[in-house]
Formats: sequence, C-alpha cells, structure tokens
Amino acid sequence: MKPHEYTVVGTRPVRHDGYDKVTGRALYGADFQAAGMLHGFVVRSPHAHARIRRIDTSKAESFPGVRAVVTAADFPQGPDRMVDLGDGPVPLSYVRGNLLASGKALYRGHAIAAVAAATPHAAEEAAGLIKIDYDPLPCVLTAPEAMREGAPVLLGDLKTKEFGEDTGKVSNVAEHFRWTLGDGEQGFAAADVIVEREFHTSTVHQGYIEPHNAAALWNNDGRVSVWCSTQGAFNVRDVLSHVLDLPVSRIKVTPMEIGGGFGGKINVYLEPVAALLSKKAGRPVKIVMSRRDVFEGSGPTPGSYVRVKIGAQKDGRIIAAQAYMAYEAGAYPGSMVLPGAMCIFAAYDIPNVVIDGFDVVVNKPSTAAYRAPGATNAAFAAESVVDELAEKLAMDPIEFRLRNAAKEGTRRADGPKYQRIGCVEVLEAMKQHPHYSAPLEGPNRGRGVAVGFWFNVGFPSSCTIGVNADGTVSLVEGSTDIGGTRTSVAMQAAEVLGIPAEDVLPSVVDTDSVGYTAVTGGSRTTFATGWAAIEAARDVLRQMKERAAMLWETEAVTVEAERGVFRSGDRSMTFRELAGRVAETGGPVVGRGAVDPRGVGGSFAGCVADVEVDPETGKVTILRFTSVQDAGKAIHPSYVEGQMQGGSVQGIGWALNEEYRMSEGGAVLNSSFLDYRMPTSLDVPMIDTVIVEVPNPGHPFGVRGVGEANIVPPPGAIANAIYRATGVRMRQLPMNPQTVMEGIWSWQP
Amino acid sequence: MTHRKVHVRTTVNGEAVEFLCEPRQSLLECLRDIVGLTGTKEGCNDGNCGACTVILDGDIVNSCLVLGVEVEGRNITTIEGIARSGELHPVQKAFLESAALQCGFCTPGLIVATKALLDRNPEPDEESIRQWLANNLCRCTGYDKVVRAVEQAAADLREVKG
Amino acid sequence: MKWFDYTAPVTLAEAMNAVASGPRAKALAGGTDLLVQMRAGRVETDLVVDIKRVPELNELSYDSARGLTLGAAAPCCRISENASVRRHYPALAEVAALIGGVQIQSRASLGGNLCNAAPSADAVPMLIAYGAICCIAGANGTRQVRVEDFCTGPGRTVLEPGELLVSFQLPPPPAGSGARYLRFIPRNEMDIAVAGAGVQVVLDDGHFRTARIALAAVAPTPLFVPEAGESLAGKPAVPESIHAAAEIARAAAQPITDMRGTEEYRRHLCAVLTRRALEAAVQRATGGRI
Repeated sequence: MKPHEYTVVGTRPVRHDGYDKVTGRALYGADFQAAGMLHGFVVRSPHAHARIRRIDTSKAESFPGVRAVVTAADFPQGPDRMVDLGDGPVPLSYVRGNLLASGKALYRGHAIAAVAAATPHAAEEAAGLIKIDYDPLPCVLTAPEAMREGAPVLLGDLKTKEFGEDTGKVSNVAEHFRWTLGDGEQGFAAADVIVEREFHTSTVHQGYIEPHNAAALWNNDGRVSVWCSTQGAFNVRDVLSHVLDLPVSRIKVTPMEIGGGFGGKINVYLEPVAALLSKKAGRPVKIVMSRRDVFEGSGPTPGSYVRVKIGAQKDGRIIAAQAYMAYEAGAYPGSMVLPGAMCIFAAYDIPNVVIDGFDVVVNKPSTAAYRAPGATNAAFAAESVVDELAEKLAMDPIEFRLRNAAKEGTRRADGPKYQRIGCVEVLEAMKQHPHYSAPLEGPNRGRGVAVGFWFNVGFPSSCTIGVNADGTVSLVEGSTDIGGTRTSVAMQAAEVLGIPAEDVLPSVVDTDSVGYTAVTGGSRTTFATGWAAIEAARDVLRQMKERAAMLWETEAVTVEAERGVFRSGDRSMTFRELAGRVAETGGPVVGRGAVDPRGVGGSFAGCVADVEVDPETGKVTILRFTSVQDAGKAIHPSYVEGQMQGGSVQGIGWALNEEYRMSEGGAVLNSSFLDYRMPTSLDVPMIDTVIVEVPNPGHPFGVRGVGEANIVPPPGAIANAIYRATGVRMRQLPMNPQTVMEGIWSWQP
Repeated sequence: MTHRKVHVRTTVNGEAVEFLCEPRQSLLECLRDIVGLTGTKEGCNDGNCGACTVILDGDIVNSCLVLGVEVEGRNITTIEGIARSGELHPVQKAFLESAALQCGFCTPGLIVATKALLDRNPEPDEESIRQWLANNLCRCTGYDKVVRAVEQAAADLREVKG
Repeated sequence: MKWFDYTAPVTLAEAMNAVASGPRAKALAGGTDLLVQMRAGRVETDLVVDIKRVPELNELSYDSARGLTLGAAAPCCRISENASVRRHYPALAEVAALIGGVQIQSRASLGGNLCNAAPSADAVPMLIAYGAICCIAGANGTRQVRVEDFCTGPGRTVLEPGELLVSFQLPPPPAGSGARYLRFIPRNEMDIAVAGAGVQVVLDDGHFRTARIALAAVAPTPLFVPEAGESLAGKPAVPESIHAAAEIARAAAQPITDMRGTEEYRRHLCAVLTRRALEAAVQRATGGRI
C-alpha cells in the first residue's frame, strides 16, 4: 500500500475508550471493588540505610479489623536464584527485596511490612503499631559519592562487573562498560576545537497522576487473580510467578485502566504484597499508594553525573567524542545508563567515540524507566557541549548539527548501523520552521535548540480479531492503553480490512484471554501491537476471501479485497455484507496475529525553545516552544502531537524545577505535588508540533513509535536558550530560579 | 469503642443521597467508597492535583479537602452528573474531539473544573483558562490540547445559547 | 488519620463552647491546611469544630468609617470577588486570588492562613501592611491583637486554649494610598512563597506620607519591618528612596536555608520584591494601573 492510498491511517477518529473517560465511567485500578475486599497499607522505612533488627507485628495483628500482616518472611523461602524479567538475569532476592525489605532497608520509603484491614483508615492505624527496630547506617546519595573508595556498601553480595567480566570486588558499582568506535585518542589529536564539560542531573519522577494500586485475590483453588494499573499485565504475571514461586498458569492479571505511567508503571510494587495479604486473610485485598508513597516507594528515574568531551575540526566536522556516564540505579542495579549511553551521541556521525558507563547503587528508591530512560540526562550534556562547539566554530547551531547528523549507514558506538532514519529531516524541519527564523526581541531572552534520540523497541505482541455479523470486528489485544493505543492499533486493523476505524472494537484483556504481549513501553505499542493487529486483519481477510469464494463457488485466489470490498470477476460484496454471511459459510471468522518484530525504527526529535530569564530572580519563562519528531508514519496525528506535547512539557519540567530534594540523611523533602513542582497549565505555552514522516522500512505502514524521543531534547535546548539570554551556561538540572540566579552571580566564562 | 458514624443527607448530581460515614472520611472517600461514584479520582489527597475536583454549591473544590460530614444539606456535582440525559455535555464532547486526554485520569477533574469556568465566563481567553485550570495537573498532554478543548467548548456553548 | 468527632455549630457561643471543650479540639475553616496536616500526622485532634456556619466568622462588610470587617472563615473566592474589597483593598483581593488554585480559594480563608502561622503565608504580609487587627473571642470576652503580633513562631500564635479568631478589622484606606503584595515562587501557581513582600504606601504630593512593609517566608513568623516603611516617610517617591527601603527590608530579613531557598537567595529576593511591590503601590497610589 502506498502512503497516499491510506483511508484510515493518518485520520483523526474519536478514540474508542473516550466516552468512558469523559464521563467518569472508565474503571482504573483504584476503582476496583470486590465482595469482602480488605484494604492494605504498606509500612515504609524512615531511614535511607539501616539494618532491620526486629519487626514486631503483634500489636498490629490484634488491632480491630486487621485480617493479615505480612513481611518479607512471608515470601516462599529457598536459595536465591537468577531470574530474567526482560532486562537480563537478576537475583530473585533483589526483586523480592524491593517489594518487602529483608535484612536491610536501602532507601527512605523502602517497604518493610504490610497490613490488611477492613478499611483503609484501620489499616493505616494498625500499620502505625508495627514496631521495627533499626540500626541506622551511613548512606550514599549520589553516584560519585557511592563510587568513592570506602563508601558505605549497600549490597554485600554485589560484585562489580567490568567490561563483561566479574571482578569479584564488592562495591556499589554494579557494572562498568566501555564502548569504542574508531580511535578516541587519535580523534581528539586531530581536533581543532575541543570542549569538555561536567553535568549533574537530579533524580526526577515520572509524575503520573494516578498512584500505584493493586488488588489481589488468592483463591481457594490456589489461583491468584490480580487487578491493577500496569504498563504490562504479562510482566506483572511474570514477576508474581517468580516471587510467589507459582507457575504463570496459576496467575491471572487483569489490567485496569491506567492513569499514566511513562515507564514508571512497568515495575511491580504492590501486586505481590496484596497477593500475600490475600493468601493470609482469605479475602481480596486492595492497596493504593499515597502520593508520598509514590514519590518515596516507587521508581523515579536516575540522577546522574555525565562528563562529555567533543572535538571538532575547523570545517565543522565532529571528529571525536567521549563520555563518562555514572547513573544512580537507586537501591538495586539497573540504572538506565545503558540506554543513556546508546543515545548520547546517537544523533551524530562521529568516527571516534569512547563511552564509559557506570551503573551505581545509591540509597534512593530503585529507579525505573521514564520516557526514553537515560537519554534525557545524556542529551542534556551532549547537546550543551555541541552548542558550545557550534559557537566556538561560529556556526549556526542547527547547521552544525546538520553537518554532523547521523544518517542511513552511520554506525553508533554500541554497534548498530542505522537503517533509514530521520535525523536530517528533523533538523531540516526545525530550521525551516517559522519559529526558528522569527525575531526574538527584548532583553534577557534567548533561543535554544537541541535534538534527541530514542531507539524504540519491538518485543512480542498478540492480537485476535473476530468478525461480527453486523460488519464490525472485535479486536482483542494485550497492550494496556496508556494514551490512545486502542485506537492507533484498531486503525491499523481497519486500514487492512478496509473498514472505518469506528467499526473496529478494541478490548484490552486479561492474561488468560490473549497471547503474550510485552509491556506498553519503549514506544512499541503502535509499532508492535499495531503489527499484530495488521497480521490478525490479514488473517481475517484471507478467511473472508475463502468465504466469498464459497458463496461465489470459485477459488479463493480469484477473490481480491480492496477498501472493504471483495471482488471476483464481476461479483462484489462489501465487508459488511460478507460479515453478515459468515454464519452460513462455516461459522465464526477469527484472525490471529502474534509477532515479535525486528525492523524497529528509532525516532529522532528536536525542539526550538525561546526563554526569558528574570535577571533579578533567575526565573525562566518559556515564551515559545516547538517540538519536531520523526513518527515514521503518524497513525493518529492528534495522539502523535499529544505525545510530543506531553513529552515536551515533561522535559520542560525536568529542565526547570523537578527534582528529588534530599536531606543529608536521605529523606525526600519534597514528596508531594506541591513541592515537587511539575508544570501547571500556567507554566507552559502552547506547544507547536511538526510531525516528520520518514517511514520506517521495518513496519508495514512505516511506524516508528513516538512515545519517548520528544522528552530528550528540551533540557538541552532550554540550557542553550538560557545561555543566549544571560551568557551563563547551566550545567546542572534542574535549572531552577535559585541555581540560575547563582549562575548569574558566579558566572565566569 | 463508642465511635459513631454520621448520617449525612445531601444532593449529588441532582438526586437526594444519604450515607453513613466516619467524620475522618473525606468527601472524596464518601463519593467513591460509599456512594459508589468512582469517576472522581484521587491523585494526591492533599489538594495539589485537582483530580478529585467536584462542584460544591457552585464552587469547585478538591473533594479530598472536604470532609464527608461537611456536605450535609449541600449540593454536589461530580463528573457523573455533567452529561445530561445520555447526551455528552459540550465540554465532554470538546475534550473527546480535541484529543484533550491521553490516560484520562485527570480528565474528570478537568471537565468538572471547565464546566464551572464556562458557567461563569462564557468567553475565557487562553490566560484565564490556564489560570482557572492551574490546580488541575495533567501529566500527559502538556495542556495544549486541553486549553484548545476548553476554547472549543466555550465556542460550542456560545453557539448553543445563540 | 485517627478517629475524631465532628461538630458544626451555628452560633458563636456554641462554637466557643466546642472549641473550649478539650485541649485537642481544632477549629476547621477551609481545611486546606488542617486536613493535610492531620493526614500527615502533624496534627492530632479528637474533635473538629467546623466554624463555617457561624455568621460572625463569615462576615464581609465595608463601611467608610470603620473600614472592612472580614470574617476569619470567609473563603478567598468571596473576598476576591467582593466589590468593596476590590475597590478599596485591591491588594487584598489579589492576595485572596493568589492562594492556591481556584479549588483552594473556594475553601481557604484568611483566618486559616493566619492561624496556620506559616512564615510563608501569603495573606499575612498584606494584612499587616493594611494595618489589620484581629478580633479574638475567648471565655473572658473579646480582645484585639494586631496581625503583626499574632504569630509567635512557626505554627504558633497568641491564641490561648479555647480562644477563636473571629474576624479582621481593616481601617479604611487613606486617601492617596496604594498597596501591593508580590511573592516569588518557582512555578506560576500552586507553590509556596520563597519570599514575599506586602506594602501599603500613602502618598502626598509625590512624597511618601507613610508606608508599611511586611515580608513573607524570611523569618520564623511573617515579618513586619516598620523601619523600612518609616524610612520612606517624607521622602520623594523616586527610585532612590524605594531602593533604600528595599535594602532595609533585605537587612531585616532573617531567612533560613531550606529546600525552598538559601538564606542568601531569600535576602536578595526580599530586596527585589520590596522594591517591585513599592513601585507598584506608588503607581496605584497615583491612580495608575499596574
């Protein structure tokens, strides 16, 4: 199918789940009710690092209304083993340890015990009666601090892996990897201009408005049912299977509607705890986190220390680049430094590259993905240095980037060679946008640009499509819908079937009712689950052709289907007419699609940001903002724009105000929406969008995935704009009013 | 223990509603857990996200910061009461058609707040819309399509009223 | 949150009785601070006394001789929408529209803002600058306390057990006066002041007759800085005198370093905000719009 022939793809139908969501009828995790349901409350560590000497639950157990109390001792016991939950093998003890601490509390907010009672208030009161004796230990809160010789060690069994080899050395560094391309030393020797800078970024949270929640029923037949809001029901099932030591077939996870995730609702926190409580209480148990629990007990995304050195030649060619990246994993390994390292120089064609990455545990909540995880920290550093180089070479910042832009055939330092990508097209679109050439008048104002990359992922998805007698089809999928993917998936099926998007009725179902489907993450759902829907629709078409052939007493190969009409010779029938006759031609038509697609196409994004800085307070106002992204193919342009606008504003929040403020002792001082300071409607302007479409050759419709790359450039672009407004280069996030003011006070070029 | 629940008589979405609650239960808890109206959402439970916005005697409030016992004799409108006789309210329609929601969790609060705004000010400019909705955090949309939906709803309502 | 009982008296006498019924009784106005603190375990109570149904606590009336009588529990939205307040005390209307978002303003009261006794309370510097007096009822009758003398420390006030803040009395604005409150917050809404400055000036023929200046979030209590206002008396309303007063405000501030700002940054903001607020108040006093 050629692009101009699309009839559904690229249109803007009303989303299928929209009516439920504007009327309050949509059921999110916390809305789940069941007969006899109890309410759980999780007791959390007040210390950032402490040995747990003793837990006395007796008073809580005898509190009126309490039906169960659990601690880590309630997990199935046995020797530790390695389990793979999608990101490589990890010790099961780490997975369980983050659910309910055993032996040591590793961060303030670390779950220690949980109570189930008749009401949430009773559970909370009873939880206050659990007595926990702690031996507080010194804590480490940043990567450089945790990497120092003699630093307090979090995990006694964590041995540093260096360049893939176990060093046998116990430390807070879980891993040190190095990627090289060409010869870094020779590259820098050949450079005419070299800029090397250090950057610090704070821990930030995804900030979804819906708190984590889970309800579980451990039934009398030994089967466990779970209802929760998650980015991946099958992932929840896998985790439950490992930590509860149950076969996956004994667990059913029903994904409820999900109130935002951005990567933060991939990790599992409450489901196993609710299941353990239910097992003890013999009744369903629901747990909903408080906002404070969300900040302190779920996974934010890492703070980081990044040092970037880039060398260019007089003609504007980048000849060498080097990065030292230390990311805070939080309490357990897995800091997103790997994807950060994949992305840091991904927008550029650089012959000589050295990247050192360090995954470092610290006494903060175990980190989680956040929209292009790791890439925003990296791009803030790289795009600031690129901007400085452009200035030193007296080149326009977009021209300089275009001169060095990655394209088809460019090799990244981590190995892959790009297929067709849209980096150049994104930069061209930025350059040509009226925003970039509009005059920016007035004092204390500046314009900055930056680009960013996210590689996107594939992974398995399943889908079935059943034909209804009225000509509609019911589409069953396993991807939880976090922002309109029911529709972007249904539209791809509609395109194949030649029927309107409204005639495809999508349902997101439980893990017993659809084939394995990986998480809604990595910008994969429209790409991979969309592909599964395409396969299922093709399967339906094949069977429908057979039915038409049966009716027309001809061979199926003679039947053609185009835009919802089946033809053979001079006979034709619409999809709807034929659907009305499936019952008489052999019964139900059900198509299936199960994919594990390769052909993933990475997405580039860029932005142009205008700021004004109050020179007396340091406060930065975003005056104008334009986001540009390569979607490959925008299935539903409104929701593509929505992803770009949402990601941009998250990037603006990250740039300007968001951060975990920690006390020296590791307490989070601002674990509320009041003090965490995400952007309100008054803090941002309209976000202009430009959707670039460089089709991904690896997808039938050219889809790349648009959920993530858009958050990557804003902090760098805003830092560059602040520089033009004030002459000050900000090298730490957030660039809040006080730090900008201090920057103005102390700036020495 | 001698703790006694309180009998509260109130009006919710135009209908007389009675319930028994503990004084410590917020209006949000009472609506969701006792009355069964789960469309109103809890995002923070301290008045900083607006997901639990309801209209109380004509004013929008965070229902997490109102005690259930306080609404004796009062008049409450929740998201479930915005659509009339099966027809979406123009604000709901505009949110749908403008793609002004992604996850949809903050949407009930935004729609309730928007309705109250347009009841007072039928022609708000962008600044007054942003000002009015500043207590309603939305993390998905970046507010752009939300503001446009409010503008669209205002225009549609003005047309209806002619 | 532990169990508590609830009562909603409809007369001042009933309310006084309820508040005096035990040491842990708490008066509930808008609840936008109290309920949050109770949930966080920072305040414990066994009786919540909802004072919003008491007429005296809801009064909002203006009289050209007495000035403004403002019930302690009147919600911000009523204050900011009140025609007399907007006309005679525009800076008070502005501050009532500044506290929280619209949802908060439907509930939050200025009495609550004061009794919460947070150094960062936005309304308090403006009440001080306007010369507001607190009317307090207790078992032994009523007493009056100037707003600047009401708070004694973070979360602490002059209220004795069993006493209730009933209303504020604001003197009628003198001819030639203008007022303004400015605060600094990192976001544009829904935030706690890093610093704030409320000022009222009275001008006479291009010169300051009097000025009152108070600061937020830079001392254990909202801070009245009489010397800054007094420095302006008799001086021409020009940048030099305003700048000098702003420097006095900077020197008077006693900020701490916390997660919302360092001592140095807050002192700096005091000077900036005082200067800007004075400039705006002068403009208002001379009939200009700001």
